[in-house]
Amino acid sequence: MADKPIQGEKRMFMTGNEVCAYAALAANVDVMYGYPITPQNEIMHYWTRLAPKHNRTFLQTEDEISAGFTTCGGVMSGKRCFTATAGPGNTLMQEAMSMAEMMRIPAVFIIQQRGGPSTATVIYSQQEVTMTCFGANGEGLRVVYSTSSHQELFDYTIKSFNVAWKYRFPTFVLGDGYQAKMRESVTIYDPEARGIQMVDTYPLVGLPGMPGVDRDPAHLRNTYNTEEELYEVVKDLVDAYEKMAPEIVEHSTMECDDADVVILCHGIVSRAAIEAVRNLRAAGVKAGFFRPITLRPFAKDALRPIAEKAKKLLIVESSQGQFAKIVTDALYGLTTPMETIFKPGLGITSDEIVNKVKAMI
Amino acid sequence: MTVATVLEPKMPKCWRQETKPHKFCPGCGHGDILKALGTAIDELGIQDRVVFGCDIGCSLLSWDLFNCDSIQTHHGRTTPVMTGVKRARPDRICIAYMGDGGGYAIGSQHLVNAASRNEKILVIVANNVQYGMTGGQMAPTTLPGMKTETSPYGRDPESTGNPTLGPEMVAAITPDSAYVARGTMANLRQLTQMFKKALQNQIDGNGFSFVEALSACPTNWRTNAAKTWEFVEKEMTKYFKVGELKAPAKKEGQ
Ligand SMILES: Cc1ncc(C[n+]2csc(CCOP(=O)(O)OP(=O)(O)O)c2C)c(N)n1
Ligand code: SF4
Ligand SMILES: [Mg+2]
Repeated sequence: MADKPIQGEKRMFMTGNEVCAYAALAANVDVMYGYPITPQNEIMHYWTRLAPKHNRTFLQTEDEISAGFTTCGGVMSGKRCFTATAGPGNTLMQEAMSMAEMMRIPAVFIIQQRGGPSTATVIYSQQEVTMTCFGANGEGLRVVYSTSSHQELFDYTIKSFNVAWKYRFPTFVLGDGYQAKMRESVTIYDPEARGIQMVDTYPLVGLPGMPGVDRDPAHLRNTYNTEEELYEVVKDLVDAYEKMAPEIVEHSTMECDDADVVILCHGIVSRAAIEAVRNLRAAGVKAGFFRPITLRPFAKDALRPIAEKAKKLLIVESSQGQFAKIVTDALYGLTTPMETIFKPGLGITSDEIVNKVKAMI
Repeated sequence: MTVATVLEPKMPKCWRQETKPHKFCPGCGHGDILKALGTAIDELGIQDRVVFGCDIGCSLLSWDLFNCDSIQTHHGRTTPVMTGVKRARPDRICIAYMGDGGGYAIGSQHLVNAASRNEKILVIVANNVQYGMTGGQMAPTTLPGMKTETSPYGRDPESTGNPTLGPEMVAAITPDSAYVARGTMANLRQLTQMFKKALQNQIDGNGFSFVEALSACPTNWRTNAAKTWEFVEKEMTKYFKVGELKAPAKKEGQ
């Protein structure tokens, strides 16, 4: 057997894109398919440098539609495959993602959010939340991890492959341009050294034996003839998703127990929020913080009692309320007053949050 | 059901009996083309290695036609899905089957780029000169002057261009190791041979294989049997020349 690409553990200082490439390697990914778009490019750049040394492959496709669909094809062949994209590329890839939802294709997508709408900026935003969680014609039957640090990019990229293959729903690592491009310290590791067993992959087509003789042929489809037939299919998909949800839903909290103001945010904005809570507590203000790690499924049951108990809520995000829509949907019926900081495509500092919370109390 | 094979209509061994009769309209070209393909698969003895992909369009009705592992994909996206399968499992024999709309309109960038990369897959386009499944709209292949739902006064090349010549285009952008041909449902013996050569080209690991098959859509053409045949044999071939455009030299022992 070939040497493991990462032996044991290693402390590194690198960009988030590099982290993703290393994580895919550590997760034993076979193939990456991709199309260039900033700020995701370096995932491909590092992958194309690392992969051949470990007998892994890469295909640069003609566009993101093709990158999404080739990934689906590779996954249906029983290989651990992924792709990465951003912004307008995420838009084009929605079509393949919806096929993955319908056909339970365990493909992994890394999204490094950039500014929107349209071409916008290549830098940063949290404006791909709605699209990544609920894009295309479908019901949002996806698993979406919103990461906030390089360590999480590494951990959750590996986890994504396992969740995808265990539950067979398309799984997303939702990062952003800041996480993609900035350098920070991270511990990369061989999953096995941490007791993480990679979930086995298996082919959905190209099975052994003569179809029709030794076994039935795999006839995989996404099109149906009647409303009733489709309804049964989608109901089964939703049931499977809801059964999975409590097993994988994740969130983190800080100082929520006695908080007057609970700050709600996700992804890299959580770092500003944590800093803000520390500063506010030091100044005697009872602030707390709630962060969903999975945006889909959403930690509704964990959030509701916290939100009910808080005097006020503050939603902070680098988009015009895409995250707030998910939150308010989860909190329907509660009357806790809510304020917001919406900064589409702009980074948010802890000072802004501190000032806002102080103004709220 | 009795297993009286002698009494049953002759169908390729790799067709799945349980899903017959197939779902195409009477007189449709898809059934004939897929029969030729099935015969080619049988004669090469590759049924257990084939992964068959079909598009959206009437080709989707073949999703359970073969006793082969099959994937029905999205409109135009069968080429990349089969590319992905082949890249991940080079030991499989991958066939992407689609209509002229799927191949030359919505999926044209995939066809051009799969051909340019010399992907080791077989792409088959059933050319029935219009969009069959959606009710007979103009396709890139619609003949000049031909009436369709979206060219009710006849296709005007001045405003909508000339019919796409798929094999000619693919031949122009592929290396000599590619196999490129245009066959027709009117000559199934020849079409079967083309499919066999195209599949052999993939088996040999040479390069891209592409076969366009002239096909009939009597339902949307609103033609009877005689008119349908006349159109396929006389009208379509005026524009679309049947024959091989590229055939890599045979390997020894073949
Ligand atoms: C993205 C997308 N756009 C449009 C359609 C609608 N649609 C279904 S079949 C079809 C045309 C099929 O024509 P062709 O590829 O020539 O196949 P045929 O039915 O003629 O065999 C279209 C446009 C679709 N399914 N998906
Ligand atoms: S509509 Fe045309 S192409 Fe479709 S099955 Fe009927 S005859 Fe064939
Ligand atoms: Mg057609």
